[in-house]
Amino acid sequence: MTGEALIVLENVNKWFGPLHVLQDVDLSVARGEVVVVIGPSGSGKSTLCRAINRLEPIDSGTIVFDGRVLPAEGRGLAKLRSEVGMVFQSFNLFAHKSILQNVMLGPVKVLKQKPAEVRDRAMALLERVGIANQAEKYPAQLSGGQQQRVAIARALAMQPKALLFDEPTSALDPEMVGEVLEVMTSLAREGMTMVVVTHEMGFAKHAADRVVFMADGQLVEQATPEEFFANPQSDRAKDFLSKILTH
Amino acid sequence: MTEFFSVLTDNWQLFRDGFTMTVQLFLISAVGSLLLGTLLGAFRVSPVPALRWFGAAYVNLVRNTPLTLVFAFLVFAVPKLDVNLDYPQAAFTALTVYTAAFICEVVRSGINTVAPGQAEAARALGMTFPQVLGQIVLPQALRAMVPPLVSVEVAMLKNTTVAAGFSVLEAGAIPAYMAERGEPQFYVLLWITIGFLILISPLVFLQRTLERKWAVAR
Repeated sequence: MTGEALIVLENVNKWFGPLHVLQDVDLSVARGEVVVVIGPSGSGKSTLCRAINRLEPIDSGTIVFDGRVLPAEGRGLAKLRSEVGMVFQSFNLFAHKSILQNVMLGPVKVLKQKPAEVRDRAMALLERVGIANQAEKYPAQLSGGQQQRVAIARALAMQPKALLFDEPTSALDPEMVGEVLEVMTSLAREGMTMVVVTHEMGFAKHAADRVVFMADGQLVEQATPEEFFANPQSDRAKDFLSKILTH
Repeated sequence: MTEFFSVLTDNWQLFRDGFTMTVQLFLISAVGSLLLGTLLGAFRVSPVPALRWFGAAYVNLVRNTPLTLVFAFLVFAVPKLDVNLDYPQAAFTALTVYTAAFICEVVRSGINTVAPGQAEAARALGMTFPQVLGQIVLPQALRAMVPPLVSVEVAMLKNTTVAAGFSVLEAGAIPAYMAERGEPQFYVLLWITIGFLILISPLVFLQRTLERKWAVAR
């Protein structure tokens, strides 16, 4: 992938108290690129993902999105977040709003688009993720896999320049993982810029342009999935892969 | 028994005027304290440190001050600053300022019952702080806030009687007038109690209705 860089992290550091969770992280994601971040628990992958739209503030370094440095707070930051979709491990659908309202809320309230137009687009998105027939239900009435697909539709409704996935399938029952990965794979194929933190090695293998391996707050290595899984360079990566692939 | 009723009927005008003022004090201060208290609650969870500090300072100062002192301050000290408040205005202000500190804490604890992921998802969509609070967090917090909110407002309704000590003719001032008229205090107090029970019952009803309404809406 050689496109122009959309997300650039330079020298990013973050501490949780004495814990140095992100250590001099440099990462560049090109437009249309799908980067899958893997690594052991506590390696800082989720923090990295959340730092990109500043849900986690960083202590030093710079994060540039689409040519602009992330603003610290306020309207500038809100504007930037509206251009970056985020999908959470625990879905975080708005519990007091219907499925359709969940998808419509961002475009109507943040982008100030007309509800009638947004509604059509929202229904089309729900159709796409296979939940259009549940539009009037509330999140608690849906299965985990369905909720996560709605969450993806909610993020897509903002017509974002990039999507961040923070362990999108980790809270799902095994039989529901596939339906979510399917939606993600089709997005990847259509050229959506994606940063995906996941434990799904299958997804990394067939959908990623690049795999980034993190351990102890550092980017240990990055390579194409073919290279990484066939021939990991670092001991940490070899160790990690041996643990997950032998079962 | 006839005396019990005649206490009310013979002094109907006094009871009517007293309770009318009580209801006015309650309604105006309830609206005022809900607005001010919600604003202060928003301050306490805002991303701006100065606002958080102000909210916390307000609650610590006002909540720990006896209500009579708040009244005394407004009735005796504020006019010295060339601010003219008549007695009822001072009473509205004192009740609003005082009760808002309690409302603020109810709002804040209500906000804390909403899963943090809800606000995160809203922020991730690009909502501003007021939108996150108004669209996502407060509507969900309301469910948990209803019982303590009603408790605080019931307490405020009864607190209106403090105004009697500051020359406001409300229900709490009735016994003093009645003593001058030589009416039996026991019956007078009974009637005032009945009056308050009647005033408070709609609040209890409102609480039940809201709790039922929001219990199913999820």
